[in-house]
Amino acid sequence: MQANMKMRAKLKGDITEVKVIISHPMETGRKKDDFGQLIAAHFIQIVTATLNEKPVLEMQWGTGVSKNPYLTFYLKGAKVGDKISITWHDNLGETASGEIAVVQA
Amino acid sequence: MLRREFLGVIEACLGAALLLPFRAIAAAWNKAAFEAIKLEDAAKNLAINGENLSKDIEIIAPDKAENGAIVQLEVLSLIPNTEAIAIFVEKNPTALIGNFMFANGALPQIVTRIKMAETSDIKIIVKTGEQYFTASKNVVVLENGCG
Repeated sequence: MQANMKMRAKLKGDITEVKVIISHPMETGRKKDDFGQLIAAHFIQIVTATLNEKPVLEMQWGTGVSKNPYLTFYLKGAKVGDKISITWHDNLGETASGEIAVVQA
Repeated sequence: MLRREFLGVIEACLGAALLLPFRAIAAAWNKAAFEAIKLEDAAKNLAINGENLSKDIEIIAPDKAENGAIVQLEVLSLIPNTEAIAIFVEKNPTALIGNFMFANGALPQIVTRIKMAETSDIKIIVKTGEQYFTASKNVVVLENGCG
């Protein structure tokens, strides 16, 4: 399910900048559709980022993260070719992962 | 024990082991903190018991947001040994936006996009060991982002 995630990891100096966009509705459960019916809550709750399978960033999210969540984070000590992967889990039990290799900026 | 029974036990154990990672994660999501309406209650559920104002937390967000559905926010902690950054929007229907926990060389700096229901303070709480530090920034919201 890599298709629902865009990732980029660039090494600049000794810092790697990782950018991620996940396709996800992030529904709060408070919004109504065109017929006045509440749209059920559907949002990512847990996101884990790893560098060569070691956890670097563990996130817990609520409904206040915008639709199609965007995230930038920074790693020290990553090298060109290192693998960064992101896995998310949402409130409906859906999950997906993406992986990318660090490149020189 | 009959061989069939024994295999059944093995199967049950394997099944439980396979299910465990997801259950462990699901259980770890802090439901009480995220469903709390008031910021103080959300913070309490993150085990935050009082925080000190700090000038070493940078919050980069617009002074005015046209659309509260997407407010870009950058947070950077210059406090040594920052373990986690929690983001709150005081006047949202539920105040806690997210909690970001750093390990193994991740720098305490993130950029993300959040929803803001109305003009409010964005409050950041940084965790270092047993201590907590805070900074806030007000953002004027022209259009409700929670629908």
